[in-house]
Amino acid sequence: MNFSELSQLRPDLDFIAHWIKTGTHVLDVGCGDGIMLDYLQSDKQCTGYGVEIADDKVLACAKRGVNVIQQDMENGLGIFADNAFDTVLCLSSLQMMKHVEPLLRDIARVGKEAIVSFPNFGYWPHRTALLRGKMPVSKALPYEWYDTPNVRCATIADFADLADDVGLEVMECMALHEGKAIKWLPNLRGSLALFRLRKKPK
Amino acid sequence: MPSIGIVTPQAYRFSEPLALQSGASIADYTLMVETYGTLNADKSNAVLVCHALNASHHVAGVYAEQPKNIGWWDNMVGPGKPLNTDEFFVIGVNNLGSCFGSTGPMHINPATGKPYGADFPVVTVEDWVRAQALLADVMGIAQFAAVMGGSLGGMQALAWSIMFPERLRHCVVIASTPKLSAQNIAFNDVARQAILTDPDFHGGDFYAHKVVPRNGLRVARMVGHITYLSNDDMAEKFGRELRNGEYQFGFGVDFEIESYLRYQGDKFADYFDANTYLLITKALDYFDPARAFAGDLSKALANTKAHFLVVSFGTDWRFAPERSREIVQALVDNKRTVSYAEIDAPHGHDAFLLEDARYLNLVAAYYSRIANELAKEVA
Repeated sequence: MNFSELSQLRPDLDFIAHWIKTGTHVLDVGCGDGIMLDYLQSDKQCTGYGVEIADDKVLACAKRGVNVIQQDMENGLGIFADNAFDTVLCLSSLQMMKHVEPLLRDIARVGKEAIVSFPNFGYWPHRTALLRGKMPVSKALPYEWYDTPNVRCATIADFADLADDVGLEVMECMALHEGKAIKWLPNLRGSLALFRLRKKPK
Repeated sequence: MPSIGIVTPQAYRFSEPLALQSGASIADYTLMVETYGTLNADKSNAVLVCHALNASHHVAGVYAEQPKNIGWWDNMVGPGKPLNTDEFFVIGVNNLGSCFGSTGPMHINPATGKPYGADFPVVTVEDWVRAQALLADVMGIAQFAAVMGGSLGGMQALAWSIMFPERLRHCVVIASTPKLSAQNIAFNDVARQAILTDPDFHGGDFYAHKVVPRNGLRVARMVGHITYLSNDDMAEKFGRELRNGEYQFGFGVDFEIESYLRYQGDKFADYFDANTYLLITKALDYFDPARAFAGDLSKALANTKAHFLVVSFGTDWRFAPERSREIVQALVDNKRTVSYAEIDAPHGHDAFLLEDARYLNLVAAYYSRIANELAKEVA
């Protein structure tokens, strides 16, 4: 897979791809069908693994030839050693975790850098939905309150606090909407939050 | 899906003595082999399938004179099956010490002119792998596309990756473990004790007495069989069902599970050799590649070069998913290429032999990648 194929399939992965250096060792926590690793492997000569729980996605990874380790991320990343990876990705998965803080601590433990994305609850249509007295349902959060897999709702500002708590320093923070970077009022106008982080020096 | 059909085993004779891990050696031995599919011109599409405790070289298909004798992994190996014999040349080998045709304790020891019996040397997983490598030499296969096995077969695949890192591209380890636990060894020893204390065992020389330690073998199989099934599966299949609807107030068969296990034990005692059972359970107990590295499995796997697929089954308590994860962790430590699937199947350890779409589709996807990889190289 090359960059244009990737950006056609998943425009939000564009930005992330630029942050990952050629030939590095990468862990993709919640890797889904393995599209990101497929790209990093074939276009950037990266190595590494995806972690995924769903059977159908594990199969999709195997079909792509992406290394996948089937396990529940709620159980942490104990299988991986400290600083084992140059970059740990956790893209649009964190909000589905019950144990967000321990997982983020584990991400900080196994990786030198991390890239985390999640739906930004502070996106203005979500705020107006709440003002109207209803839980937000949008393209970014396409579920009803009773069937959503997203059990954690955070805004860009919220996440920055937690990242600091678990020992991660924000290198870059972006808000995206429909694959485009939002520069002006990002926590209001961006539907997807994207953080590039690194372990704080001890 | 159609089976590969009628297959014919072949005997390969080796006159050079095989030096064993114990220090003993086996002179002039035979390996029974079956192959399926066609070896390609550059001999790159060979897959070795290693068998577990009570299986053999008869991996797939049937025999002309025994149409009901279906290979033990017929659902995995064949035309259009996950390990597709239209693309791969698949080899099944019966291991030394077994009782399906390769040299074993029931054969004549050339040194004495009598059956080996208890004198058959203790063989290890590594010894089997060495013999399999000699077979590959004879067949002209320098490198397998994959070596694959379940349970004890998975241990052989893992040993291949350590002992002959250059000789396999892929290593497929299913429902296996890097070493037996105390509990695993305990079950094996109960089985061995049942055989060793059977009066018909005669110190392993029962062939001369024209008897078989049937009771020992039956109990050994019954104990083993319990560990192959999950608690849930047993509850589902048998529960507390009574054979005759009422308690019999005796020590015959009351419960269906008793009837099932006794039947399995009887069937096993009809075809399996007691000395082989002792030998193979010892090979299981001894397997521990990390032992030479002070228990550090990561170091034991440091020289591996293969790409790995590791699969475990959620309800397998014999070789539970944690055991497979130990292998995965050691491979990840070494930055090896590895994928790991934990199949949520209800059938315990036996699941590796059974139909399960998630499992078989995954193995099929993995082999189809290997086939593409080979095709690219030829092109």
